[in-house]
Amino acid sequence: MAGFDFTNYNRNAALHARGVPLPKATSTGTTIVGCIFDGGVVIAADTRATSGPIVADKNCEKLHYIAPQIWCAGAGTAADTEFTTAIISSNLELHALSTGRKPRVVTCMTMLKQHLFRYQGHIGAYLVVAGVDPTGVHLFTVHAHGSTDKLPYVTMGSGSLAAMSVFESQWKPNLGRDDAVKLCSDAILSGIFNDLGSGSNVDVAVITADKTELKRGFVRPNERSAKLKSYAFPKGTTAVLNEKIISKNDIGRYVSVTEVSVGEEAMEIDA
Amino acid sequence: MEFTTTGMLNEDGIHVDMDRLKKGEVNLGTSIMAVTFKDGVILGADSRTTTGAYIANRVTDKLTRVHDTIWCCRSGSAADTQAVADIVQYQLGLYATRNGKNPTTQTAASIFQEICYANKDRLSAGLIIAGWDERHGGQVYSIPLGGSLHKQAYAIGGSGSTYIYGYCDAHWREGMEEAEAVDFVKGALREAIKWDGSSGGVIRMVVLTEQGADRHLYLPDTDYKVRHY
Repeated sequence: MAGFDFTNYNRNAALHARGVPLPKATSTGTTIVGCIFDGGVVIAADTRATSGPIVADKNCEKLHYIAPQIWCAGAGTAADTEFTTAIISSNLELHALSTGRKPRVVTCMTMLKQHLFRYQGHIGAYLVVAGVDPTGVHLFTVHAHGSTDKLPYVTMGSGSLAAMSVFESQWKPNLGRDDAVKLCSDAILSGIFNDLGSGSNVDVAVITADKTELKRGFVRPNERSAKLKSYAFPKGTTAVLNEKIISKNDIGRYVSVTEVSVGEEAMEIDA
Repeated sequence: MEFTTTGMLNEDGIHVDMDRLKKGEVNLGTSIMAVTFKDGVILGADSRTTTGAYIANRVTDKLTRVHDTIWCCRSGSAADTQAVADIVQYQLGLYATRNGKNPTTQTAASIFQEICYANKDRLSAGLIIAGWDERHGGQVYSIPLGGSLHKQAYAIGGSGSTYIYGYCDAHWREGMEEAEAVDFVKGALREAIKWDGSSGGVIRMVVLTEQGADRHLYLPDTDYKVRHY
């Protein structure tokens, strides 16, 4: 049987109630956003991945490929966003091949929501779905439980409040391409600076009818600068109190040594 | 999914709170209603969706088409009600192409009830189905949490509805004109939005008559007075 196995659910709940901690998943405590402009759509994300209080990856990719003109930004459990987008990307490609048409954003959104609804929120994928198809420009959010929204500008993840405050104060109708990119990257920056779960760089993807542009590291506000001073210790800083040299012959006292004859041809190290 | 902190282990076994809404789920803490009038039926709703204390969408469309002149108002879990509405929309589309005629509102309500009752322990969906059909004109059906089906002259639902039972009982009249019914729905939803913290945003309405579906939009910017299309 496919799907999750709930055999140990009650046991685990009981253990948890007795104080056994739950395993930690790497989560993209994240800021992701999307915004429509005249002729296309922009999505953007920060690049921090966290595992509890630890930054697991300082420059991860949260912008996922679905189809050439459909891309996803993912928040929530990293593995879940990665695999759900991969599965839907695969199924959408097969669907496009069998219908002989370009894939539509609504189709992608419907496949995602039906997949996530089936798993009743256990797949922790929170997604911003954006794209351009023959019917026009589209932008959706999909929550882990399977609900969807359609809006001109969206934010998700732990930094969504910081990002939404940028949209709510600066967004206006009929944005141009560059304005939309600036607005989205400003919203992500707001998440990077004001939300603990978000950080590092801004990734941006711009999707228009004729092409998709992925701008990896569009803004890098957290570059590590060169140290003003070298803190390397010079050789000899640590005093040598005594010295003992063990020769190759003496080592036989500790381990057994056997000479291995090298064959006709030496072992190939790098083919 | 995280475990709720209210789960307990006592001597007599495990006690896990079965919250109706799973943690972090998107909720339609809502004010919805549907009213029959002389020429058909009107559906109305606020536009607020929440995740905890955060408004996830302030311009939500809770009035969902399941057929040309059969619509529903959704309350409860956003995921559940969308899933149910999508299934019914598919079923009614199939019905229409198979039989070469439009389904009745009763048929639609019956399909809704079937799904809501069969999955009653898994769903948190409070629905109001309203439609116009050639045989019966405008009709309103309500399906609350348990999956029962009630035919009513008008129905109200969602968390905000508790505040407007009195208003609706005092102001509703049989066989209103369209403009009167629009004013009635708008007046009731304005009160619901005013008193219920989980309701708010714009007022959306759909008027279903022989002429088909007609959408209304009223914004708080203009004190819900001007109709925006």
